Amino acid sequence: MQFHRFVFALLVCTAPAFAQGQSTLEKIKSSGVIAIGHRESSIPFSYYDDKQQVVGYSQDIALRIVDAVKNELKLPSLQVKLVPVTSQNRIPLVQNSTVDIECGSTTNNLERQKQVAFSNTIFIVRTRLLTRKDSGIKDFPDLAGKNAVVTAGTTSERLLRKLNEEKKLGIKITSAKDHGESFLILESGRAVAFMLDDVLLSGEVAKARKPSDWIVTGTPQSREAYGCSMRKDDKPFKAIVDRTIATLETSGAIEPIYERWFLKPIPPKGLNLNFPLSDELKELFKHPNDKALD
Amino acid sequence: MDLRIFFTPVPTGETTYLGWLLAGLRTTIALSLASWVLALALGTMLGIFRTVPNRPLRAFAGAYVEVFRNVPLLAQLFIWYFVVPEIVPGGHWFKSIDPFVQAFLTSMACLALFTAARVCEQVRAGIEALPRGQKSAGLALGLTLPQTYRFVLLPMAARLIVPPLTSEMVNIFKNSAVCSTIGLLELAAQGRQLVDYTAHAYESFFAVTVLYLLVNAVILVVMRAVESRTRVPGYLGSRK
Repeated sequence: MQFHRFVFALLVCTAPAFAQGQSTLEKIKSSGVIAIGHRESSIPFSYYDDKQQVVGYSQDIALRIVDAVKNELKLPSLQVKLVPVTSQNRIPLVQNSTVDIECGSTTNNLERQKQVAFSNTIFIVRTRLLTRKDSGIKDFPDLAGKNAVVTAGTTSERLLRKLNEEKKLGIKITSAKDHGESFLILESGRAVAFMLDDVLLSGEVAKARKPSDWIVTGTPQSREAYGCSMRKDDKPFKAIVDRTIATLETSGAIEPIYERWFLKPIPPKGLNLNFPLSDELKELFKHPNDKALD
Repeated sequence: MDLRIFFTPVPTGETTYLGWLLAGLRTTIALSLASWVLALALGTMLGIFRTVPNRPLRAFAGAYVEVFRNVPLLAQLFIWYFVVPEIVPGGHWFKSIDPFVQAFLTSMACLALFTAARVCEQVRAGIEALPRGQKSAGLALGLTLPQTYRFVLLPMAARLIVPPLTSEMVNIFKNSAVCSTIGLLELAAQGRQLVDYTAHAYESFFAVTVLYLLVNAVILVVMRAVESRTRVPGYLGSRK
């Protein structure tokens, strides 16, 4: 009897975590705080610079969204709470209202759309390989029988496992907990290649001790659209977010932001990613949309 | 909560998501038991060192306990995984073997060495809890010091420390979850992977919690039986 009461009390305590009643805008208005989910090492989208400040392309967009929410709710004193998230916990944290919107490097795909809503696409990437220049790895078939690393929870993890299973390549795959650790595993020689979104790989190169040692290679295995993720079925909030991003993209206001992060030296090492605006991305900026690419 | 997710095939098709969790459970059990055997052996030896009348041995075991008990387990794991192979001979070879074997062996060594420090303190406490007269009696009977330990002190101490050793054993199963950070696909990692692939966080963590509880419940039941059979009559907790 006592035990049953205890279990009941426990269930009651956990109930708020499942409560979905309040809309995001109501929550922001009543608390006066908007919680932004950011990444810690997704260069150049969302990461800590040398002063431990959150910076990046997605972070700049997130700040524009905060401004739009401020205007909408007429809350000039709106506080911004920055919550670091990882590839693994970003979706649960959005779902359980720990963060209101997550802007990092999250791929919009159909499976995730069942769990969270995605904003208009902010970037398009391809998944490729990072390897040492002298490793002899040119493309995915070269990985046969070798060790490769992916970051746990990324679409690359899934794609590489699938490719491995289908083509019987016998690649031994390690899943590391974040991009920084994946690169450490690559750098220490535990893996010959690291599969990830091309632009994030360029970001890892920018952080490396000797950037000139590394090269991004291989046939792209997928195209992916990055978007900010929010709770599902919250149309008013998504409308503000989508409008903000669409206006940025169609008005051309996104271009200086793009240049700042992809064509100019960026913190922490002042390295230039030299990642020119692709035709796909130009097309996207003309016609903003929130569609998944695969 | 949608429990059907556990019976859905994984994207690569070779098993279901429940299959992933059970594979993770197997790794967790294998890792924890292997580490536990090593920790028990090493910990017992160090525990004896802590109590023998030999200053260097006592100092060595004392230093071991301080180092391994005072550095966070996660930091120790990263040191074994990322630092040690860079500085010891053969480390380069180790890094080229199957990643699962690498992660498993590193995790096993790390958990065993960490838990050995804790077992050591339990063994020492067990030996020191015995009346001093037992050791004197053993020596007075003409037994050598090793014989006194072997036939008098250790059998008694071992029976006294079954309850704290049980909690160390439960701890090693729980601590093994840390090893998911170096890519070992044990139970916690499979649970995390299930979330990544299906985004069913509640179901996944619920299942992982239940599996850990089950494993530890089995340990508790078994060890309770061991405890009641090995209790020393006349000591604390024994039936009159």
